[in-house]
Amino acid sequence: MYKNFLRYIISVLFLLGVSGQANADFKVGFVYVGPTGDHGWTYQHDEGRKAVEAAGIKTTYVESVPEGADAERVIRQLAQSGHDLIFTTSFGYMDPTNKVAKDFPNVKFEHATGYKREHSNVSTYSARFYEGRTLLGHMAGKMTKTNVIGYIASFPIPEVIRGINAMTLAAQKVNPDIKTKIVWVFTWYDPGKESEAAQALIDQGADVIMQHTDSTAPVQVAEKAGVWSFGQASDMQRFAPKSILTSIIDDWAPYYVERSIAARDGTWKQQDTWHGLKEGMVAMAPYNSAMGSDLVKEVEQLQKDLASGKTHSFTGPIYDQKGNILVAEGSVADDGMLAGMNVYVKGVEGDIPQ
Amino acid sequence: MSFDLNFIGILIGAIMASSVPLILAASGELITERSGVLNLGVEGMMIIGAISGFALMVITDNLFLAVIGSMLSGLIISIIFGVLTQSLLTNHVATGLALTIFGIGMSAMIGKNFVGIPGKEFPLLFINLKENVPFLGPILFGHSIILYFAFLLPFLTNYFLKKTKIGLIIRAVGDSPTSASNQGINVILVRYSCILYGGAMCGLAGAYLSLIYTPQWIENMTGGRGWIALALVVFATWSPIKVLIGALIFGGITILQLHMQAVGLRIPVQLLSALPYIMTIIVLVVISRDSRKIKLNTPTSLGQIFYKEK
Repeated sequence: MYKNFLRYIISVLFLLGVSGQANADFKVGFVYVGPTGDHGWTYQHDEGRKAVEAAGIKTTYVESVPEGADAERVIRQLAQSGHDLIFTTSFGYMDPTNKVAKDFPNVKFEHATGYKREHSNVSTYSARFYEGRTLLGHMAGKMTKTNVIGYIASFPIPEVIRGINAMTLAAQKVNPDIKTKIVWVFTWYDPGKESEAAQALIDQGADVIMQHTDSTAPVQVAEKAGVWSFGQASDMQRFAPKSILTSIIDDWAPYYVERSIAARDGTWKQQDTWHGLKEGMVAMAPYNSAMGSDLVKEVEQLQKDLASGKTHSFTGPIYDQKGNILVAEGSVADDGMLAGMNVYVKGVEGDIPQ
Repeated sequence: MSFDLNFIGILIGAIMASSVPLILAASGELITERSGVLNLGVEGMMIIGAISGFALMVITDNLFLAVIGSMLSGLIISIIFGVLTQSLLTNHVATGLALTIFGIGMSAMIGKNFVGIPGKEFPLLFINLKENVPFLGPILFGHSIILYFAFLLPFLTNYFLKKTKIGLIIRAVGDSPTSASNQGINVILVRYSCILYGGAMCGLAGAYLSLIYTPQWIENMTGGRGWIALALVVFATWSPIKVLIGALIFGGITILQLHMQAVGLRIPVQLLSALPYIMTIIVLVVISRDSRKIKLNTPTSLGQIFYKEK
């Protein structure tokens, strides 16, 4: 009796398993580098995932996956467990994603902020955050009294260096005397360290603080110290209502929904997406009226021009720190140069950590 | 770098503030270890303290309750460790590691509803004096009550361990639980108490982060400080005063290296980032060279399972 029952259960489970595979329930997997509760980078990716879920597609996610050997294991696990499309949402997942993609030709992969598409089932996507940084630079240049802009940087990768350069160029345009001081914290996410870095920059004379790290700690420090700041990845306004001039918001939701539906319907194709203000992948939180209505209008106009392509963040002439020309007068930096940017422009202090 | 006196005062004040969680957690763990128990769950207990303190602050709107609650929650989670290692005789190292993993996961689960809520301003003492007294003002004044407590704690701990009877009992239990037991000391009870005390201090260290230092809740916000506290205890050779020195050096170099970067000194940034770890270890090793003293301070039975033969 007992044995028969067990046999019955096993055969039912087996059938369920087989039929489940035959139906090929469409599933999308997400790999996150931080916790969904970081209120920054990963939080915004998870908002995108929720939009996919709302569109009627099943999703799963794995959070706080370290970049490295662990990442490959997690991605492989997702591919093995019947996910049809997998979004890997950090730069460091680049090689693991391509490695796993080779072994699972029927699974589609989407890697964020990377440039390697070694197999036909790997797409890459990123946002032109530097367009947002240009707006920040314009505001910073206008608002600073000490002419020192403090920048909390995470890791010396092109993405971060591009942001520093875009900000500095825009700030120089409205205020040729500004200096950008940079502190590298070598983490995406450590509230304590980020707030210490913000404090150090303020103590060194910066009266505008911006960050390329994910926690809300720096804006809180800025609020307390009475200097200006900018939010990162999501609208951080409520953490520093007086200090925050605006936040750069990453909006992945439309892209995630579009790609998930394409993969489900069989129209998914390999591509390299780099969307910005125009497509709405980069959005700006409401501007703080404390900067004056004239400046708000200016920035709104600049935002429109960047979105329409009338203005480009990297318009020549642009010089590196030694004075060599990077972009000739009258031309703009192409995407290839932007993607591999590894030198500071003139006006940035210090060296890039090698 | 500007070198006026007041600026140096502000710098020292910032260094003190950054070393508080290390001092609290390490002082708590030191008592636990002196009783012969190695609890590697410091990070886990800290993060539980951080979320409990923050959650209580949001729910009750009362900072006093939040601080007390964080200590209680650190204490409660350390009971798990106590029951497992002392009553069920599990391995200290494995149980401590499990406690850390459990704490991080548990705090993330509780914390889901508390993400994105700004913290409340924690009252700072003697604010007027901070601004009006040059140099010494920012060092001595304008801190939270927890900072003053943290800076007293190593001295109290030192006195407690060296001069009081209970301190002596704890050391006896840590050095030779069998002899202590033969003397009629309830080893398990002493060890339980030390574990709970360590838990409470780690909880307080976590609350300092989520209520005062970076007033908000974010997952993993302890950022490995629990592990640094653990390392400090060992490198300080179980001496409370050296723990204080180590924590100050670590906090100091962390902050100084950020300033050096901001100034634009041409030193490789990676080296600067590694400096706090390297310097703390070097200094503590140098000031703790005296092997006689190390022998005196090291709890001989650290991490060993004790059971009373019947």
